[in-house]
Amino acid sequence: MVHRLDVDALIDDQATKVVVCCGSGGVGKTTTAAALAARAAERGRRTVVLTIDPARRLAQSLGLRELDNHPRQVRVSGFAPKGELYAMMLDMRRTFDDMVLAHAGPDRAEQILANPFYQTISSSFSGTQEYMAMEKLGQLAAEGSWDLIVVDTPPSRSALDFLDAPQRLSTVLDGRIIRLLSAPARAGGRGLLKIVGAGFGLFTKAISTIIGGQLLADASAFVQAFDSMFGGFRERAQKTYQLLRSPGTAFLVVAAPEPDALREASYFVERLAEETMPLAGLVLNRTHPVLAELPAARAQAAAEELSSGGAHPLAVAVLRLHADRVAVATREKRLLARFTKAHPSVSLVGVPALAEDVHDLAGLREIGRRLAGE
Amino acid sequence: MDSAVGWTDELARARLHVVTGKGGTGKTTVAAALALALATGGRRVLLVEVEERQGIAQLFDRAPLPYSEERIASAPGGGEVRALAVDAEAALLEYLAMFYNLGFAGRTLKRMGAVEFVTTLAPGLRDVLQTGKVKECVGRTDSSGRHLYDAVVLDAPPTGRVVKFLDVTKAVTDVAKVGPIRGQSEGVVRLLHSGDTAVHLVTLLEEMPVRETMDALVELDGADLRPGAVFVNRVRPPRLDAAAVDAAAVGEVDEDQVRAGLLAAGLDLAVDELEGLVDETVDHAVRVRAEQRASAELTESDLPAVRLPELVDGVDLAALYELAEKLVAQGVR
Repeated sequence: MVHRLDVDALIDDQATKVVVCCGSGGVGKTTTAAALAARAAERGRRTVVLTIDPARRLAQSLGLRELDNHPRQVRVSGFAPKGELYAMMLDMRRTFDDMVLAHAGPDRAEQILANPFYQTISSSFSGTQEYMAMEKLGQLAAEGSWDLIVVDTPPSRSALDFLDAPQRLSTVLDGRIIRLLSAPARAGGRGLLKIVGAGFGLFTKAISTIIGGQLLADASAFVQAFDSMFGGFRERAQKTYQLLRSPGTAFLVVAAPEPDALREASYFVERLAEETMPLAGLVLNRTHPVLAELPAARAQAAAEELSSGGAHPLAVAVLRLHADRVAVATREKRLLARFTKAHPSVSLVGVPALAEDVHDLAGLREIGRRLAGE
Repeated sequence: MDSAVGWTDELARARLHVVTGKGGTGKTTVAAALALALATGGRRVLLVEVEERQGIAQLFDRAPLPYSEERIASAPGGGEVRALAVDAEAALLEYLAMFYNLGFAGRTLKRMGAVEFVTTLAPGLRDVLQTGKVKECVGRTDSSGRHLYDAVVLDAPPTGRVVKFLDVTKAVTDVAKVGPIRGQSEGVVRLLHSGDTAVHLVTLLEEMPVRETMDALVELDGADLRPGAVFVNRVRPPRLDAAAVDAAAVGEVDEDQVRAGLLAAGLDLAVDELEGLVDETVDHAVRVRAEQRASAELTESDLPAVRLPELVDGVDLAALYELAEKLVAQGVR
């Protein structure tokens, strides 16, 4: 028996401090996060939603016009929540800059910020957005003034990137390999050199031919400047990781009724279990439940009978589109059944699709009602 | 999209078909169906993926593809489709091996993560290596000097990233000022900007995917890359006529008329069931209206368009052949 995910119980629980919405790209994570936050605010909690790269019109519906690293209160006419709703859009570059400024002395910070390699890492490295989302979550949690923080996760190919990217960035920043590349003899020690042999020198040479000696030199200078503050970085990332594992956190895995999205959802559920991170349940977005019991075969047969007579075109259309809908709903149920068979203990809620995209608070509230099963 | 002209002669001459689209639009499925369609009638086509997610293997229901060109399907009329999953690390090592004899050191460094580190250090490098491999496949000839592949279909990164991926000139200027990579990239740039290459865009008839398609067109234009066709995927059959759509979209469905029709077919439904049918009809009509708006916006792009139907039962191998047939019927060759 599959349990229904009780969204209202989750957001009403004073012990729930952080809700993380994760899932593969294009499944409606941001919309789910925003709708959930709006609902929590309406139910009396002081809520902030941290969004990452929302669609423009969705951002506008929350009154967000540009990247801004500070939560802004959402004030829209007709929206008077019992609690409060704040929203922000992550600015990863500024979050990174702020971290550097906070951890390095002013001189060193300036040196780091001006380094071309830092500029590459802070704006285009694929793990930076995830790392900075974690950092910002840590900061918001440390403020202690929020009843509930709802986090959207960065759009990525794989839902697991969110958990893995900070580690990947750490590997780059920790600089072991870069020290090897720039000064192999000093960093690697004789043992490693012996293993790798003479090929290593060739490799270094090849790499610097390909990416250019200047970039390698910049990277090396960056790592040296960064070294002293690296411990602080790692400690903070560790702390946020612990926050994610604490009982006040709830993960919501978001999916759409498509094979790829549900496969990613499965991976994520398994991964959360491995890391002993608290899973609240699965949100299955954009379902198409059948609204009338009439079996598809009967609808189809009746449509055939009527259309051969040439009368009642409206009834024929209604019957045919009902049969289409039953077929879609059947497929969605089948896909979901595969997931629940593999993860019978995960509670879940289906959110019937809206016929159009959400672009205002009214749309978010409607999604909120559907999330809560109203 | 009644003004659509289908597959043009210009597209028929292309040898590299790049397929992109917003995530979730069915890019990989379309790329696979296109490869099958192009192979129809006895041609040899290579289907390439670059995102290291083994989408092709999943679609064709087989074990993960190694870094080699494997035959994965035969096409009607004696054609064949081979597939290749380009792995940037393997491409880098293969590439280095052309210039330096790394031997054992190459493998050791790979284990240490050094290769991933280097491609991380210079993010554009990954793209340069992958497009370089694709170019090599497009240009490869057999002993008699004929092209080994009649066409290459590339399942490319999604629209948000595709121009950056294809804009090798920019990436190389950023990472390699001199040296062998630079020389090789010049050939890639020539291919990507020539008439041999077409960049196809996959979309659904929904607001966001169409918006992304239009944005991508502007970006492609800015980078001097040539757009090919728009593939409108997962098209649902029309059920209501135009007047009924307009009425139902604002909630006006003549319940008495529906009831009379149902009774004539021997269906006497309870009130709430009839209301359920009406709600489904309104839902359908609102969606059709949104599709019409999306379709009108796409028409403005003035690109050739082909349509593929929604497959309710999902995509398996048989469905891929069905889609390929639909493409051939719309002139894809």
